[in-house]
Formats: sequence, C-alpha cells, structure tokens
Amino acid sequence: MTEYVGKAMPRYDGIGQVKGQTKFVDDFILPGMLYAKAVRSPVHKGVIHGVDFTAAARVPGVIGFVTADDIPGARLFGACGDQPVLADQYTAYKGEDIALVVAADEDACAEALEKVKLDIEEQEPVFDMFEAMKPGAPLVRPNLKSNLWEYGPDMTTRVMYLGDVEKGFAEADYIVEGRYQTGEQDHAAMEPMVSVAYFDEADRLVIHTHSQCLYFQLGQLAGIFNLPMSRIRYKGGVVGGGFGGKNHIHADHLAGLAAIKFKRPVKYRMSRREDLLYSTKRGVFILEYKTGVKKDGRLTANHIKLWHDAGAYGGFSPYGVEKCSMFASGPYHIPNTRVDGQCVLTNKAGSSSMRGFTIMNGQFPMEMQMAKIATELGMDQWELRFINAWRDGDMGVSRYVVRGAGALEAMTEAAKLAGIELPDRLLAMSSRGR
Amino acid sequence: MKKKGVGMACVLHPTGNKGAGDPSNAAIQLKPDGTLVLLVGAVDLGQGSTTILRQFAADLMEVPIENIYASNFADDFAPLSLGSFASRVTLIDPHAVENAAEDLKKKIREYASDLLEAHPDDLEYKDGKVFVKGAPDRSMTLAEVGGASMFGGGADPALLVGTGAWQPARFHAHDPVTGEMPAVGAISFGCCVVEIEVDTETGVVDVTKMTQVWEVGKAVNPLLVRQQITGGTHCGLGTALIENAYPYYPDAAWAPHNLSDYALPTFMDYPDEFKWGYAEVPHPMGVKGAKGFSEGSTNGPPPAIMAAIHDAIGVWIDEYPATPEVVLRALEAKG
Repeated sequence: MTEYVGKAMPRYDGIGQVKGQTKFVDDFILPGMLYAKAVRSPVHKGVIHGVDFTAAARVPGVIGFVTADDIPGARLFGACGDQPVLADQYTAYKGEDIALVVAADEDACAEALEKVKLDIEEQEPVFDMFEAMKPGAPLVRPNLKSNLWEYGPDMTTRVMYLGDVEKGFAEADYIVEGRYQTGEQDHAAMEPMVSVAYFDEADRLVIHTHSQCLYFQLGQLAGIFNLPMSRIRYKGGVVGGGFGGKNHIHADHLAGLAAIKFKRPVKYRMSRREDLLYSTKRGVFILEYKTGVKKDGRLTANHIKLWHDAGAYGGFSPYGVEKCSMFASGPYHIPNTRVDGQCVLTNKAGSSSMRGFTIMNGQFPMEMQMAKIATELGMDQWELRFINAWRDGDMGVSRYVVRGAGALEAMTEAAKLAGIELPDRLLAMSSRGR
Repeated sequence: MKKKGVGMACVLHPTGNKGAGDPSNAAIQLKPDGTLVLLVGAVDLGQGSTTILRQFAADLMEVPIENIYASNFADDFAPLSLGSFASRVTLIDPHAVENAAEDLKKKIREYASDLLEAHPDDLEYKDGKVFVKGAPDRSMTLAEVGGASMFGGGADPALLVGTGAWQPARFHAHDPVTGEMPAVGAISFGCCVVEIEVDTETGVVDVTKMTQVWEVGKAVNPLLVRQQITGGTHCGLGTALIENAYPYYPDAAWAPHNLSDYALPTFMDYPDEFKWGYAEVPHPMGVKGAKGFSEGSTNGPPPAIMAAIHDAIGVWIDEYPATPEVVLRALEAKG
C-alpha cells in the first residue's frame, strides 16, 4: 500500500479553486436578498446621545435599520467579551459599528448612510500607549479603572521568569540593550470581510461564513442572537484568505442580526476601504531588551519589557502578550530570563491575531540582539546561534521543556542551501544534547 | 550608491496553543460502496489542511487516496475543531483522524463478526479488508461491509461512522507569579539567509537572494511545505520592508485606506534567487512526528533583512517595516 504521508501531492481542492468551482461567501446571491452597511463612528472617542434615521429612511430602497436595541441576546462580544456588538452609549474608535442600514442594494445603503444623523459628543482620545498608561490619562472608554489590561485583580503586568536575571547580568561580560518597535499590519486577504445570513425551511438561521474557527465563534453568535446552537446552521470551510483576521467575528453577527430583524436574506460586506481601516490588525509592540553574554558567546540573562497596543477592546491582545512573552527569547537557552508584559488599550480599531501572531514580534528584537551581540563580540553570527540554540531538555521562560529541538538542523540545512560553509565544530553539535 | 549586505536569522514558531486544551475532532463514514468520507472541523484557509488530513486518513484506513472524499464544510453535523490558527492543525487534527480511523476499524470488525462468523477479536483489518486471523480467504472488502450495512441481505443495518477526538493536554492556567504554563504544543524552527542591496540615495532595500529552511518534524506533504514557506516569505517581505497600517504610529491620521497607499509585495519584490528547504526532527507529540510550522515562515525575513541592512550601510534599523523613509532617516542620523 502506498504511503501518502510524506508524499508531495497537489492541494485536494486546488484544481476546483483555479477552475472557479469554489463558492466563496460573496458568491451567494439569494432571491430577495438585502444588503447591510455599517453606520460608523466618525470620531475616535465620544458619547453617543442619539441617532436620527428620519432622513435616511426616506431614501428609496431602504428597508430599515438595526441598532443595539434590536439585539435579542448578548450586547457584548469578542475574545474578551468587552466589545459592543453595536455601540449605543459610547464609541471608542473611529469606524466603530453603531448601527446598520439595510436596503435593497448597496447604493441605497451608501446614500442612506450619508443621511443618518449622529449626535455624538466628541471626547479627547488617546493613541500613544505611554500616554495612555500615565495616571490621569483619559480613559479609552467608560468603566475602565485604567487603560492597562488587568490579568487579575490589580494585576496589569504579566510576569514570566526563570532563574534570576540580576545574577545572570552579574555573570555577563557584556550587556547589550535595545529598544524595538514592530509595525501595524493588515491581513489584506483577497476576500474582505463578508457574511450572508437567512432563515431556512425549518426556520433555522443559516450563516455562510469565512470564519477560521467556527466553533470558537458559534457560541458567541448563539449568545448575540439568543438562539440555541442547533438552530444556527453555520456553514463554513471556504476562506478567501484569512491570515488570522478571520479568527475575530467581523461580519456574521451583523448579517445575522439584520436577517433576524427583517426575516430576509442579508449580505453584509466590508469594502476594501472599510476592511483596511476598521478590521482587526496585527498590533504594534514596543519592546526593550537587555541581554547579558559571556566572552565565549554563552547567553547568561535576558530581561524583556514589552508593551502591546490592543486598540479599544481586548480581543486576542491580552493573550498575544502572553504568547509573545513565552517565546520572546527566541530558540535560545538562557538560564536567567524575565519578561514583563503589558497590554495597553488605546482609541484605535482592535488589534488581533495575524500570521506569526505575536511570535514574530518577539523573534525580531531577539534576533536583532543576537546580531548586535555577535558584532560586539566579533563572533561569527552562525557560531553565536549554534552555541546557544535550544537542545532537548532545555527550558523556556514559561518553563516549557523543549522536545524535538531542531534549530541546529534548520540552520545547517539553510547554510548548505545558501552555499555557506560552516566549520566542523559547529556541525558536530547536536540538538539532542549540549 | 548601491551597497550590498548579507544577514541571517534563526527563529522559532510554536504550534498549538499555550495552556493546551486545544481540542479537535474528526469522523470517517463508510459508504455502502466501500468509499469513505472524512469529516474534519479544521477550516482549510488554503494552507492545505484538508489535503494532509486526507493523506493521514488514507494511510490509516489503508485504502487508495482516491477512495476518500474529505470535507471541512461544517454544516448541520460537523466534528468540532478549535480552529485553524496557531499552526495547530498539523499537530493536533491527525490525532483526531487517527482515533476516528481506529474507531471505524473496530466498528467494522464488530459488524463483520456476524457475517464472518468469528469473534471481533479474531478479525483483523488490513489493506482495506477485514478477515479472520489465520484464514485470509474468509474476508470482506470495505464495499461488502458497507453494502451489507445499508442494503442488508440478511445482515443487520448499521451506521458505520468512526469518531475521534484529541487534545494535547487539559487546559492549565498560568501561574500568576512565575508565569509557568506547561504543555503548549510543539515548536518548529526556521533559518533565513538573505543578500540585499540598499540604494543609499532612495533608501530602497532590494532583497536579491533568500534562503528559508524550516525544521517541520515531518514534512507531511513537501509540496505544501514549499507553498507555506514561499507564502510566508512573501508575507514576511511585506512586514520587513513595505506594509504599515500606521506609518506614523501612534498617530492614527495617516492610516492607508486603499491598496495603493497600503502596498503589498508583488512578485517584483520577490528575491531574484530564492531557495527553500526543510529538515525533519520527528516530534514526540505528532502523528508520524508531524508538528506544523506554517505561520513561522513570516518570522525570519524581518530580522535577517535588518541584519543585512546593517552589514550594508552600518546602521541598525530597530523597527519594521524598513521603508525607504525609515532607511534614509537612519542614514541621516548616522551622518
């Protein structure tokens, strides 16, 4: 019998995809389908006093509107359950969903959107994490004690440590320090956020979704709609590019709410402009590193302080700080390590997961430190990494015990392909032990 | 003036979630004609998860892969999966498929025991057939078992579906003092080597040559390994040099709102020479040593490129993306 595992095979769905047989969510166009577009906050922060739909309702083709008062169930959602489904009291970022305009087509939606009158009292926003952390800084939204995420009662710093960094710095011959910033990135998937919702013959709410994680989101949707999970046919599995952006609900809740209110099929989709400006992003990290090293290249200590800009709501960002912290020392054995991580709220659209989620934000500064250390020591870049790379049994800062270590194997193969000759003393090293 | 530089980086990417939990399910149904349907909860984002889970199912059920239809189109009945993120599917879902296949083989033995007049423990499943141990002529093909379960012909009807679930470990919260968090999934390792040219007048960084290698545990499908490394390289190039949704962070006023302001790398930005490769250190947690790695291939290019920029022009760019403006400002500061 052929062994298929290990065999190079084309993608199972590849031919169908390139022949146009795949039905993406936006391909579903149903008889009588309505379109919904979001009424968005024009300000970065403010108090919502009222929304006037009178003029918008007169636009031909407009069927109606959806506001927070139309939500049958939970009014908050998101990975941290702190984000309004539709904002009705305050707004915490520019572009936040306040209501939906529902019409026969998107042109009518666009015309009506211009005629929705928002009564919002603008307030002073805060964008800079370090400004937001200062005592007395304006709060990103009401009901916060501060703009720092609380991991527990009064616990705003997520600490991880292994050994004793002060002892490690005392043992070091050199100390290299650096401050780093990683950029905000959009997933820019070919398929912007979209959802189609309608009731089927058994009066079940059908949702065509591009979710990356249906069972992560179904519970939230059931809560918002106040429907049992078995009454939601959550049809997914085809995604026009996700890259982490579709781990967060961007469209299904809005299409579903409009379908519930108007009992007609509804499509909600973001334009590229909306998607770029208002969907979740890879959030910014600012990181400070202090790394101790001996003359022979052995790392003795690493102290990292990091701050992550979550935007206005938690999303996956508090988790992102933890995930970044666990691996921010790269694939290296450092007996004394400490990470102090903070997640900071600011008046921006939420940051969330994206390919390499928060790990790349820690790999970048650590590798910059390694490059600087090798330069400082006058040591070969490869040698510094070979000396310190994880071996089986080494321990990471979260007390993760390394098994199946493979950094040496990856480097050896890369050097070979790149035509770089590594000295025998490096090639003699093994990931199986030090 | 154009200045050349070289750089390298060694990075990791964890697969599966911290704190474990992290469950996935799978189901395999035997159809009356002996073909199989594999249902998985993992969403295929184009990374090819359905393709590789079908490969696992074919090996486990010992049938030609053409006989397996695989679906991740979650609908009324679908196995649950936490989702397709954290590069978790290759590490976790094959276990669910393995458990589903074992369950189905057990059900096939039990069902066939009546027809083959033997105790289930005396039956063996091999090469897509069930037979009496030591008497291979007393056997049934999958089509015969499936047909009997549906159309009877003297036998009882049965729904022959194998189900399987798996998670790496039960969830375990952080220790609030030390940060201890045991039992994440696995860790994959990558190495990226680049050669670049920096135009000191325009600040443009051109990546002329790149090599990316990942240690993947087991390359379940080397074609998809290649696809993931090249895709991650593309994404990492954008991260390192081009893409920024807040170009003057923390100022939010300059956020790009179309794809001409928010430029993405195209094939013109791709290295003129690109080599990819993989290494395999079987991971103890993975089925056949597979552990996943895919997201990680974005992690290597940014630091490797910044190291090469330092090699070329002697300045450390401590932020990404290193846009022409950032590079020129760094050169200006150096004097």
